[in-house]
Amino acid sequence: MSPLVKRKKERFKLPVKYWLLILTAVSVLLMCLTFMTDFKFNTANYIVGYTLVPFQNGISRIGGFLSDKAELMVQIKDLISEKEALQQQVDELTMENTLLMQDKYELNTLRELYDLDQQYSDYEKVGARIIMGGSSNWFDSFVINKGSNDGIEPNMNIMAGSGLVGRVVEVGPNWAQVISIIDDTSNVSATVLSTSDNLIVSGDLEAMENGHIRFSQLVDSDDEVSVGDKVVTSDISDRYQPGILIGYISYIEEDSNNLTKSGYITPAVDFEHLSEVLVITEQKQTIE
Amino acid sequence: MKKVITTIILIIISFVLQCTVFEALAIKGVVPNILIILTACSGFMQGERYGVFTGFFCGLLLDVFFFEIVGFYALLYMYIGYMNGLFHNIFYPDDIKLPLIMITASDLLYSLVVYILMFLLRSRFDFGYYFLNIILPELVYTVFIAVIMYPLLLLITNLFKRAEKKEE
Repeated sequence: MSPLVKRKKERFKLPVKYWLLILTAVSVLLMCLTFMTDFKFNTANYIVGYTLVPFQNGISRIGGFLSDKAELMVQIKDLISEKEALQQQVDELTMENTLLMQDKYELNTLRELYDLDQQYSDYEKVGARIIMGGSSNWFDSFVINKGSNDGIEPNMNIMAGSGLVGRVVEVGPNWAQVISIIDDTSNVSATVLSTSDNLIVSGDLEAMENGHIRFSQLVDSDDEVSVGDKVVTSDISDRYQPGILIGYISYIEEDSNNLTKSGYITPAVDFEHLSEVLVITEQKQTIE
Repeated sequence: MKKVITTIILIIISFVLQCTVFEALAIKGVVPNILIILTACSGFMQGERYGVFTGFFCGLLLDVFFFEIVGFYALLYMYIGYMNGLFHNIFYPDDIKLPLIMITASDLLYSLVVYILMFLLRSRFDFGYYFLNIILPELVYTVFIAVIMYPLLLLITNLFKRAEKKEE
């Protein structure tokens, strides 16, 4: 607008450069606040919770319905052939089960002797639906439709099926943000079930393309850990409950320092097709 | 005032679409970056002021929902909006070349900044891999969506321009 043609009411407008400066300062301040302190952006969480989440709930429900219908047609064919294979498996498993039941009796008596705590199958769990995907191709987080109103708190563990998915990072009134264990920035302290050796499981964007998670720092001097071994969360993790299945070792190699080993784990959870998850509502006990 | 409300609605629609519908339409796990399209378009269509504010709020939404550190994406999107606003003077609605180049450049800039600050600094050095598997597919998908989205955004902007002229 040229200055000659002035309107009657010319409102004062702060030049855009100042706005840029102010907003930059605000962003940097927010970054410092959220990074250095435990400050949670609660008002914003509430606002977006009550304005955006209803939309997302609706859209993801419609999307889920449509893709369910499409998948149904494809699945019927597979199901028939699968059924026969499964029947065979059932027979085998029934045999195995009877053997295992005997073992279980023995185990139960032994456990009572040791007065062991209950295993993770007894954790309190709440079901939740994923309403938003990550929005970014770089990171792997998502939002679920339960929040602080349902008793969800940060650092609660998320499972799907029998495997570990991730943990809650941020909570709004009716939503919670979950960072998954395949995210590039995520690290989980874990244990190989067969040998009780500890290792670190870290998400890796590059490895995830092939459906793997990387692990490192496995001390296994006796060469006992092998491909196919189960990896579960360890007792010493301060964020994850112990004994939750992460996946199976699919590749293992010795590091150049000849002390530790690293390799890849195939996760127990199908991260591509997550739609419902379970939130473990117990927190890991920590020393404050 | 109407313009501001429309922009807010546009931001919300884009955000919701990107996180739900396009997440389902992801090709090989790659999602187009609609918020970048919106930020860039409001930058060069309506000037720096709109670019800055649209970018800031787009980024802030992402920050609040998906990242532990709030403010980084707000900053990044805001400057992308501002830079696009600088090209407002040489923007002609009928020519789709400039918008597409601007959107491409914006998305590339965004990806590079995210890579350098969030990945390179954590010693992930394999740039070739990240470029071929994440940056490039996202770029292609985003530009493809931009070709569809740009006329729609242009239509909305023109409606407001016409309304403003009538007032005068």
